[in-house]
Amino acid sequence: MKKEFDASQLMKEFAPQLEKTSNLWYAVFFSMLAVFLFGVFGLYTQIADGHIVTGMRDNIVWGVYIVNFIFFMGLSYAGALISGILHLFKSEWRAPIMRMAELITIISLVIGPVFILFCIGRLDRLPFLVMYPRIQSPITWDVIAISTDLFGCIIFLYLSFIEDFAKLRDYKDLKVPNWRKKLYKALALGYQDTPWHYKIISNAKNIMAAMVIAIAIIVYSVLAWIFGVTLQPGWHSTIFGPYFVIAAVYSGAGMLILLMWIFRKVYKLEEYITKKHFVNVGVILLILAAFYGYFTFSDYLTKWYGSIKMDKLLIDKLFSSKYYLLFIFSNYVGILLPILVVGIKKFRTITNITVAALVTVVALWVNRYLIVVPTLETPYFPIQEARESWLSYSATWVEWSLIAAGLAVFCMLFMLASKFVPIISISEMEKHAELPKGLIRK
Amino acid sequence: MEDNKNSKNESRRNFLKLGLGVGVTSVLSVAGANLLNPTKLKAGAPEKVKVLTQDGQLVEVDKSELIPVSENFVGIEESRIGIPNRKFVMVVDLGRCKNARKCIDACQEGHQLPKDQEWIKVYLLQNTEQESPYWFPRPCFHCDNPLCVSVCPVGATYKRSDGIVLVDNERCIGCKFCMTGCPFSARQFHWKEPTTYNEDLKYSPETSMPGKEGTVGKCVFCADKLREGKLPRCVSACPMGVLYFGDMIEDTVTNGEQTVRFSELIKDRSGYRKFEELGTEPSVYYLPPVDRMFPVERGLEGLDEETMKRYKDVPYIKNLKENEKGV
Repeated sequence: MKKEFDASQLMKEFAPQLEKTSNLWYAVFFSMLAVFLFGVFGLYTQIADGHIVTGMRDNIVWGVYIVNFIFFMGLSYAGALISGILHLFKSEWRAPIMRMAELITIISLVIGPVFILFCIGRLDRLPFLVMYPRIQSPITWDVIAISTDLFGCIIFLYLSFIEDFAKLRDYKDLKVPNWRKKLYKALALGYQDTPWHYKIISNAKNIMAAMVIAIAIIVYSVLAWIFGVTLQPGWHSTIFGPYFVIAAVYSGAGMLILLMWIFRKVYKLEEYITKKHFVNVGVILLILAAFYGYFTFSDYLTKWYGSIKMDKLLIDKLFSSKYYLLFIFSNYVGILLPILVVGIKKFRTITNITVAALVTVVALWVNRYLIVVPTLETPYFPIQEARESWLSYSATWVEWSLIAAGLAVFCMLFMLASKFVPIISISEMEKHAELPKGLIRK
Repeated sequence: MEDNKNSKNESRRNFLKLGLGVGVTSVLSVAGANLLNPTKLKAGAPEKVKVLTQDGQLVEVDKSELIPVSENFVGIEESRIGIPNRKFVMVVDLGRCKNARKCIDACQEGHQLPKDQEWIKVYLLQNTEQESPYWFPRPCFHCDNPLCVSVCPVGATYKRSDGIVLVDNERCIGCKFCMTGCPFSARQFHWKEPTTYNEDLKYSPETSMPGKEGTVGKCVFCADKLREGKLPRCVSACPMGVLYFGDMIEDTVTNGEQTVRFSELIKDRSGYRKFEELGTEPSVYYLPPVDRMFPVERGLEGLDEETMKRYKDVPYIKNLKENEKGV
């Protein structure tokens, strides 16, 4: 079944993606830029007028910023785990989607932490986090963990790019400006496709893949513990660490399917990304949905069955009043749909899997909202307030503008990345052509 | 460096020899009572004044450079160390509270708080419809195992040897983690630039004035008053003597009129701590709302509509409203 892929043939195939930029690309990019600039205006408003312009108030002190922070961090760890695991298990089919998974990791890892900054009252004092750190604080754990993760992921991503940079450098017919050729040359670090060089880079990639998996689990657990270590109803739960890790990978698998669908359409990659890839990642999605559903069930069952008063107040909000529709969407539809679509062969089409993935990603965002906001609306002392806006949370235009800006940056960075490197890793594809181990064709 | 500072602080404190009910004036007050009045300093004429420094030297400075200092002003570093040999404690007699809200007024005035910030809140609590409702004043509990302090990433909030938990708003980055850490909703955030503060005030965590946008504030047990040997503002302001304040080491608490043994009061009147099960070890004790001086409805008299609206979800108030409609 394996196709013969030759580097120069692949190069010819993918060079236009880097050389030419369509008008549609510009149109989309500039509309994203407009969304981003609107977000900048929102941020300016928030800094000028204070956090009063957000929907956050004394009881509900965290809102969609934190939700988006968890969401993007989730995508990023998922990318790391999926690309790391696929790499280590040497899944043959991984080649065309590896780069996307890696890009998800790095791009969302750059965006995620920015959202926690929007939540901070005094941005001018950010250096205090390293000037006066207290190791007792889970936020300090998070600062250490995220910066380690970012560092590790950048190295992992870069390692996986080097071979392609070398290919771009050596491809004489590449019609790109001179500065870009020079940049490829510099970034390739003098890599030559010799067995010795290949061995070094493979070993390095294997080590980093294993490390990235470990770091990703630690980082997402630490994020969960920010909530878990408090005494708030709904947050004070031992399952939160693993639950967050699973939720993260789950959302990331969904995002990977979405991107596969988009890039397949945009860059006409039908030949490379086939139904097999959708079904394979779909199966990963199904397994994760099952785990995630099991954790969710386990968490809410114990809270509901022997209900402590505070848990009961919270669960009433989630199950039967205010939030029940969102709860049904995120924790019923968001779990069952991927299981049904991928599980039943008849439904297993590319479009269906993509729709299920889209629902998953949105459901996971809502799930984080349902973790953060209802708990804060249910403090131990009842909120006795006359002002409506202090009783319950609803995000303002400023917050939505920044959420939209985050998504716009996510898209823009993907668009830029796809113009700078082939969205399908040429070296990975080439390795999976029928070549005996250790022997690399020039 | 650190040792030097500490020993200086130590000697100053020894000199002050604080005690409850004993007011002491510090050396700085020699500089003249007019320094305490900020309005007189605004003129900015190149006039010189003689000032006695802390180590006893007489010096001359530009009058315009003088910053008003309260008698017991304590700076940011110094405020991290508690008043020695004290362990402050508050006892709230729920049988006496009738929601007069004088504690709130005195606190807001004393700390120049915006009207939407209440460091001490009066809740109307009623667990179930069958149980009796009661008024429940809630300052910061100044817990001995404070989660807010544990979770602060920069050490902006801290626990002192005398039991007081303070916030340094020059250090606070405004992450609000302490607000989610505190199970008692005791902390409040400056969501916008506050306008109620006297700008000339020199900042001290003990007074928490002036407040700063983007930082967290909360009840400070009036640490500045305690340095002067006086009671917290809410305690002196309460017309019903609901709030007792004192020292666990001395084992005495007073509501301004009556001074009693803390341990006996708790033992005789079945004192308890709210949400004991959360394990944060509060420094605020409650005496159950029995043998009440006032029926609970007295607390609703004269309340403005805005305040009244707060209690609309309490079963007792819901019933009242329904009965009114029925008649």
